[in-house]
Amino acid sequence: MADQARFSDLAMEHMPALYSAALRMTRNPSDAEDLVQETYLRAYRGFGSFTEGTNLRAWLYRILTNTYINSYRAAKRRPEIADVEDVEELYLYHRLAPTDGTLSRSAEEEALASFTDDEVKAAIESLPDSFRMAVLLADVEGFSYKEIAEITDVPIGTVMSRIHRGRRALQKALHDFAESRGLVGTAPGRSSE
Amino acid sequence: MSGGQVSSGPGTDDVGADVDCGSAIHQLYHYLDGELTEQRRSKISEHLDYCAPCASAAGFETELRQIIADKCKDHVPDSLMQRVAQQIDAERRKQVDIDPEREHPE
Repeated sequence: MADQARFSDLAMEHMPALYSAALRMTRNPSDAEDLVQETYLRAYRGFGSFTEGTNLRAWLYRILTNTYINSYRAAKRRPEIADVEDVEELYLYHRLAPTDGTLSRSAEEEALASFTDDEVKAAIESLPDSFRMAVLLADVEGFSYKEIAEITDVPIGTVMSRIHRGRRALQKALHDFAESRGLVGTAPGRSSE
Repeated sequence: MSGGQVSSGPGTDDVGADVDCGSAIHQLYHYLDGELTEQRRSKISEHLDYCAPCASAAGFETELRQIIADKCKDHVPDSLMQRVAQQIDAERRKQVDIDPEREHPE
C-alpha cells in the first residue's frame, strides 16, 4: 500500500507526459488541463490502492484513460473506426521511397523531419479514440502491448489490432499533410495489389 | 521462397533466412515493439541482415516512430502545475481535518 504523503514526490514528474496525452485525447487545452487535474485528484484519493514499486506511470495512465472515457469522450462526436480507410503496411514508406525500393537515409530523414510538430499532433488527433489512445500509449509513451491492455482494459489481441491499424491510419494522415504541401506525389509504391 | 505473391514487402528476396519479405514486413511492428518470442525475433533479425529493402523499411519505421514521439511534446502550463499541487494540498488538509490521528498520532 502506497503512502499518500509520498504521492507528490512520485507522481508529479509524470505530468508533462500525461498533459501531452490529455491534449491529444481532448484536442483542447482547457479540457486537457481539467482532465489532468481530475486525474491527479483521483490518483491521490486512490493512492492507497497503488502498490509502491509497481508501474506508477501505467497506473496514472489508466486513471487518465478511464477519466477521459467517462467524462470527456461522451461529450463530443469523434471520427468512428468505420470512417477510417484501412491502408496497407508501409503506406508512408512506399510513397516516400523512390521506385528502386530503397530510400537513402538522408532522404528519409529529410522527409520525416519536414513534418512539423503541429502536423504530427494533428495527425494523431485525427484518429478515432481507440486507435489514438493505442498509438499514443505505444509510440509516444513506449508502453508494451500488455501494459496497454491493462491501461485500457481491453484484450491484448484488440490492443495489437488497434495499434497496427492506428499506425497505418496515422501514416495516411501524415501522407495527406505531406501531399498538401507538395512534398510527395500521389503515386503508390511497388505494391501490385 | 515460401510461395505466394508478396504484396506488402518492399522486396521479394529471402536470401539467407527462412522468413520471406511478406512475413518479415507483416511481423515488423511486433519486431520493432519487442513483442516477438526470441526465436521469431532472431529470424526477423536475420532476414533484415540479409535483405536491404526490408532493412530500409524497418529503418524508416523506426525513424518515423522516433519523430512522432519527439514531436508530440507539450509544455505544461505552470498554472496547471500549481493548481494540481494546491488541489492535492487541499485534499490532504481535508483528510487531516476528518482524521486528525493521521498527522498527530497519540
